[in-house]
Amino acid sequence: MRCFTSWPARPGATELNMKQFKAFIRKEFYHIFRDPLTMAILFLLPILMLTLFGFAITTEVRNTKIAVYDPSKDAGTMAILNRMEASEFFEITRELSSPDDIESVFRQGRIGLLVVFSERFYENLVHTGEAQIQLLADGSDPNNASVVVNYATAIIAASQQELISRTGGAMPYQITPEVKLLYNPQMKGAYNFVPGVMGMIMMLICAMMTSVSIAREKELGTMEVLLVSPMKPIYVILAKAVPYFFMSVINLTTILLLSVFVLDVPIAGSLFWLIILSLIFIFVSLSLGILISSVVDKQLVALLISGMVLMLPVILLSGMMFPLENMPWLLRALSEIIPAKWFIMAVKKIMIKGLSYSSITRELLILGSMAVVLIAVSLKRFKTRLE
Amino acid sequence: MKGIVAQNISRKFGRVEALRNVSFEVNQGELFGIIGPDGAGKTTLFRILTTLLLADSGAGEVDGFDIVKDFRKIRQRVGYMPGRFSLYQDLTVEENLKIFATVFNTTIEENYGLIRDIYEQIEPFKKRRAGALSGGMKQKLALCCALIHKPTVLFLDEPTTGVDPISRRDLWEMLVKLKKEQITILVSTPYMDEAGLCDRIALMQHGRLLKIETPAGLAKQFTDALWAVRSLSMSKLLTDLRRHPQVETCYAFGDAHHVTLKAGLLKPEELAAYLAGLGHSDIGVEPITATVEDCFMNLAANKIEL
Amino acid sequence: MNVIVAENLCKSFGSFKAVDRITFEVPQGEIFGFLGANGAGKTTAIRMFCGLSKPTSGKGSVAGFDIWKQPEQIKANIGYLSQKFALYEDLKVWENIRLYAGIYSVPAKEIGPKTDEILHRLGFTSERNTLVSELPLGWKQKLSFSVAVVHDPRIVFLDEPTSGVDPVTRRQFWELIYDAADRGITVFVTTHYMDEAEYCNRVSIMVDGKIEALDTPKKLKEQFEAKNMDEVFHQLARKARRNGA
Repeated sequence: MRCFTSWPARPGATELNMKQFKAFIRKEFYHIFRDPLTMAILFLLPILMLTLFGFAITTEVRNTKIAVYDPSKDAGTMAILNRMEASEFFEITRELSSPDDIESVFRQGRIGLLVVFSERFYENLVHTGEAQIQLLADGSDPNNASVVVNYATAIIAASQQELISRTGGAMPYQITPEVKLLYNPQMKGAYNFVPGVMGMIMMLICAMMTSVSIAREKELGTMEVLLVSPMKPIYVILAKAVPYFFMSVINLTTILLLSVFVLDVPIAGSLFWLIILSLIFIFVSLSLGILISSVVDKQLVALLISGMVLMLPVILLSGMMFPLENMPWLLRALSEIIPAKWFIMAVKKIMIKGLSYSSITRELLILGSMAVVLIAVSLKRFKTRLE
Repeated sequence: MKGIVAQNISRKFGRVEALRNVSFEVNQGELFGIIGPDGAGKTTLFRILTTLLLADSGAGEVDGFDIVKDFRKIRQRVGYMPGRFSLYQDLTVEENLKIFATVFNTTIEENYGLIRDIYEQIEPFKKRRAGALSGGMKQKLALCCALIHKPTVLFLDEPTTGVDPISRRDLWEMLVKLKKEQITILVSTPYMDEAGLCDRIALMQHGRLLKIETPAGLAKQFTDALWAVRSLSMSKLLTDLRRHPQVETCYAFGDAHHVTLKAGLLKPEELAAYLAGLGHSDIGVEPITATVEDCFMNLAANKIEL
Repeated sequence: MNVIVAENLCKSFGSFKAVDRITFEVPQGEIFGFLGANGAGKTTAIRMFCGLSKPTSGKGSVAGFDIWKQPEQIKANIGYLSQKFALYEDLKVWENIRLYAGIYSVPAKEIGPKTDEILHRLGFTSERNTLVSELPLGWKQKLSFSVAVVHDPRIVFLDEPTSGVDPVTRRQFWELIYDAADRGITVFVTTHYMDEAEYCNRVSIMVDGKIEALDTPKKLKEQFEAKNMDEVFHQLARKARRNGA
């Protein structure tokens, strides 16, 4: 061993040193690539979630079995029934001979919708301008029922148009029902879920994974050693954010590719603005993760907090699953501070509706200020000591 | 300038007084041991001196730098090895060493001379993940990581806990070598028998320092008569000795019982005769010098009376 | 009567022989010291004796039960204590005793007297209703030991029970061990304190998966011409070839 008498000063030891920073990012990638669970969460989960939401848990209705009671059997009812049969949504499986069968048909439970025409339907329509159709849906699944009724109404409306043109448009009777599904003409569930899943996955990867991996350093005691070193601890934290930022970008690409090519959800608006929007959201999520990690010391707690405080509101209050309009004011007010809500709203505008960037300035501003505030708070909260 | 100075450091956690008015000084290049059982406050003391925690009251210096104001300067020059294994278990031996070299803005090559002796022992496993090393090997790797930047002061918190006697001895040999490099070393341990290798030791219990002395000086200050007593039936011997009216304390110490006496009037032959009368055979009674453990128990007992 | 019998017991992990043909017997009421460096195979061996893992080859029995066929009976007839206390910090002293008595299926009507007996033996009678979290470290350790033998098992395994404990408590703990041995409980103990090896009736030293020495401390010291057990241990363990495993 050699002896040394003088202790060389290490210039610039407290400044951010790119070599240090890069070494730490590399280390972070080692952690990620060596842990099968992390890898699975990073790469399989997004695909799994998107497929699950896109295909399985869909609000889309296909081949709903319908029963018909048609005492008229005239040109009017035939026009409507033909249209229904032709659509991919409905399949006429029963024709009832008497109105007494109506209740028993539902009891058997094989029917999603029952269409009941009034007597002398076409005649009434032409002469009095009024004819009645009753739509009976199975209300035990209200979501499904309302979707089915919506479809049926749309088809009836279309039939009315046809009948009008057939009679030369002379009749003043028709009321065309509004078709509400303006931006989703095929009523595809994936249109709703792609923005939601994007929001969820970014949150999960950025906030949850970052906070858990910082908590791991504290739990294993390595943070203690790093604190007693010239390296500023905040760079340790930032080095953690970098790999997860990259992972999120990869995931963003996967989700977009999947949604365009597998789920047939096109990007209607500007891809550029969609990416800008996502990047801002990723920053918000990363700073949330860092903020969480500044309060917790255990991986499990980090996981629980990210799960309870971040994921649940994203699922419940972002408008991804449940329409916000129908919620009590308290929940609606709460939803205002959920970053994912604004992100999902803006994604819908750009990606689904194809609106221009000027339509999402509000969302961009809100998300941007959230990012600034969160980063400021988590930097301020960051401790240079153990407590 | 002193290597480490602690002045009246106190620290509470809730109602628990982890440290009560702890003061001591460590000279530069000294190997100083804090000896005490779990819960004595050793780790809290280490964390305060390594700038990880703030004391409730009191002051401290490391290499002349204040532990509160100059914490950044202290962090640049000290090496710290916490009590539990604190390296990346999923990184290899080599990767761990590299990352810690980078943290301290240095390279393995730059200071290889300092760690060569230790690193050569773990080098055969350099491609192995740190989590798969044995206890002794982990400690050697941790020590390498703590030394990689040529620290002027080295803090080792219980480096030998849970480590087998062989690796413990290896580690202490390394510390003695490091001392020759003029590195100030503060080391804590619950094993009293390790104290002998320190220049000076502080005995610690319940957040207080009981005594600061050289190991030899400590034994000298043990003024009570101390005898090692043996016989064939050691467990009966323990009860019989404790029943003797002149015996103050009697503790098992490996192959003999250590006995202190109330007043120095009893002679070893008399005690042997007393034991023979109780049916003991192969009796041995001899005056001995106190070990660190004897001193610790003696001091701890006196403190409680205070 | 032998409480532990091991005959050519082996445990391999792939090509690695963690325990390599160990053969020994431990009679009832003996305090048996099981020493070895980190990685020598102690933990693997103890896991086999406690019915937690099956040997690769060889025969063995603990408390009269076969370690191949009757691991469940073994678990019901042994006590186990490691460095980490198994006590519940948020339960009171007597609640912990009752809990473990229940776990080890001590008959309900014996639990009351048993609790009194333990508290009396430890001198804890006034601490019956104290939360375990409020007890000093050494007391917890003593209570853990009493709880580990609450069901009067044939044998108790102690894995480094005194690590980090203060010198006085460490000795009081050993007095509890003697006391248990006097009641006929066999004590199988590992330790890194070599002075504690002296307190054992017999000591085995494991090196590289094999038992390299087994005798009373006195005879071992004679055999290796050593002053104390520490020297004996060093002479043997220095020969170890496998390191860092």
